[in-house]
Amino acid sequence: MRLYGTFNGTLVTAGLAIIFTLLAPSIFQFFTIITLTQVIGLSILTLSLALVWGFGGVLCFGQSAFFGIGAYAYSVAAVNFGGSTGAIFVAIFVAAAFAIILGYFVFFGRVSDVYLAVITLTVSLILYSLMRRTSGPEYKIGSALLGGFNGTGSPPLNMPGNASAMLFPMQTFYVSMAFLIVAYVFSGWLITTKFGRVCISIRENEVRTSLLGYDTRLYKIGIFGISAGIAGLGGVLFCVGVTRVTPDVFSLGQSALAIIWVIVGGRATLIGPVLATFVLYFLTASLGSQQLLNANLVLGSILVVFVLLVPNGVVPTFSKLFEKRRAKRYSRLKEHRIKMRKHRSA
Amino acid sequence: MDLFFSLALQIIYGVANLALISLGLAIVFGMMRVINLAHGEFLMLGGYTVVVATNNGVNIWFAMLVLAPLVVGIIGLIVERCLIQWLYGRMIDTLLATWGLSLLFIGIITSIFGASTTTVISPPLGVVKIGEYTSSGYELFLILVVIALLILVYLTLRLTSLGLVARATMQNADMAACLGISTSRIYMLTFSLGAAVSGLAGGLLAPMTGVLPNIGVIYIAKAFITVISGGVAILAGTTSASILLGGVNGVISYVTGPTFGEVALLFTAIILLRLMPTGITGRFFRKSQ
Repeated sequence: MRLYGTFNGTLVTAGLAIIFTLLAPSIFQFFTIITLTQVIGLSILTLSLALVWGFGGVLCFGQSAFFGIGAYAYSVAAVNFGGSTGAIFVAIFVAAAFAIILGYFVFFGRVSDVYLAVITLTVSLILYSLMRRTSGPEYKIGSALLGGFNGTGSPPLNMPGNASAMLFPMQTFYVSMAFLIVAYVFSGWLITTKFGRVCISIRENEVRTSLLGYDTRLYKIGIFGISAGIAGLGGVLFCVGVTRVTPDVFSLGQSALAIIWVIVGGRATLIGPVLATFVLYFLTASLGSQQLLNANLVLGSILVVFVLLVPNGVVPTFSKLFEKRRAKRYSRLKEHRIKMRKHRSA
Repeated sequence: MDLFFSLALQIIYGVANLALISLGLAIVFGMMRVINLAHGEFLMLGGYTVVVATNNGVNIWFAMLVLAPLVVGIIGLIVERCLIQWLYGRMIDTLLATWGLSLLFIGIITSIFGASTTTVISPPLGVVKIGEYTSSGYELFLILVVIALLILVYLTLRLTSLGLVARATMQNADMAACLGISTSRIYMLTFSLGAAVSGLAGGLLAPMTGVLPNIGVIYIAKAFITVISGGVAILAGTTSASILLGGVNGVISYVTGPTFGEVALLFTAIILLRLMPTGITGRFFRKSQ
């Protein structure tokens, strides 16, 4: 059974992730588990970018805008509602709605790829400078202050329907991991549906797809909105992990990180970017604790080197190598069998 | 009346500022269809050149008008030879590589100068009085510089042989190559020239804003939006988009305060792109540069 690139493969990966979740508390220290919750939020952001970029062909440089909108929407809604369950849905909805409105302007304007990249990046940067200026008591939504530069506090997750029963960090970790697995399986399932296949064909050749009678603009808005919703969910988990959300979620660095993770992991896969997020996050964190090399310097070098030398990313490069070796072994076996047959008949 | 003049001056300054920070990007984009995400860092490097030079006793005017464009132009040349020339025709990879470059520059400068503001140099001109309002003389100077710069770029494109060759490459690179023009050399020069203009802009703005390793972020959002709204024509695009967006930004900022000025700028640009996906010069002034 072929696993790589099929829905079966997605399910197997999800199974491995469940085993990881169950084992993690006995392997890692408590502090690492708390950090892991933030990283899970970030990896959902990367997953959403891998979905929209790798499978929808929509180059969104400002995916962290939806991530940040999700985080802010969750924080504001949770403070106003006094509970987290509804706020999660509000966050996903607000992020997706924002993306759909933005998508209407860019996709129906038939803006080209590169313009789209720059526009999404700019939206994120403008949100950054807007949110930084919202300090002061006059900037509030309901009872939640936006807090300007310092950001606003994010209430922890609680049991559905019982706002006073807050989840412990360990439970938050389990919930986040569950969200990640659900988002991953959902994305893996989405690209096997008809909708997903049309999106992939738009990535391959937009003109041909529209000549086949599909309204490519609607499909693009669709995948853009879905991935923005997933990014919003990532924002929720991230701000719960950090316990507050600051304008830095909209910063250039945050958008760059998501892009770097996707490129390193591999654009045309879903699991590659998620794994790259975990590995590179802890790598950068350990770099941050020493003074010798600046983190930006290292990230910039990684990005330049990967674009020039490994443009497909780590996972596709490895799986291609693996497939090639398998193909070679297979052809060698076949040759051997033919030789034996000739030998026998002679 | 004084209020009107002072407000008009503010808006004109906003327009000039926008044109100044976008021109380097527009030159590179218009000629090579390359969007340089490290543009903000070129501005930043220009600013650092001026600050370092003045702190070492160099005349501030010389540092701003000569040293900053020279240093950043050379850096642009190195970047083009080492990185960009391998990526022509791969637009998305160029975007990504220049983004990596921008992080790299921020990292290098942070390691050398630290993450905080390096000594601020004061704007070297006094104030100008308009009735009961005052305006900075340096802002007036910047407006004049931008006008001079635009005229200079126009004359270079129009009258010199380099400009002729550059325009030919811009219209049809393959045909220009067939006629014996080394397009790769033209691209190299253009990129370096764009970097030099960015360096000049960064140097001129340094006395107003001070310098920080990540100060580029302040500029690039506005610069990108201006260049994309303007379209591929370098001069007409930059000028028309700067006037439109700078005007909107100025008026909205005056009415509601600076918070929503930038949001209005972005909003205008997005609606503009919905109506004219190839920018203002994709619809109007098609024959212009």
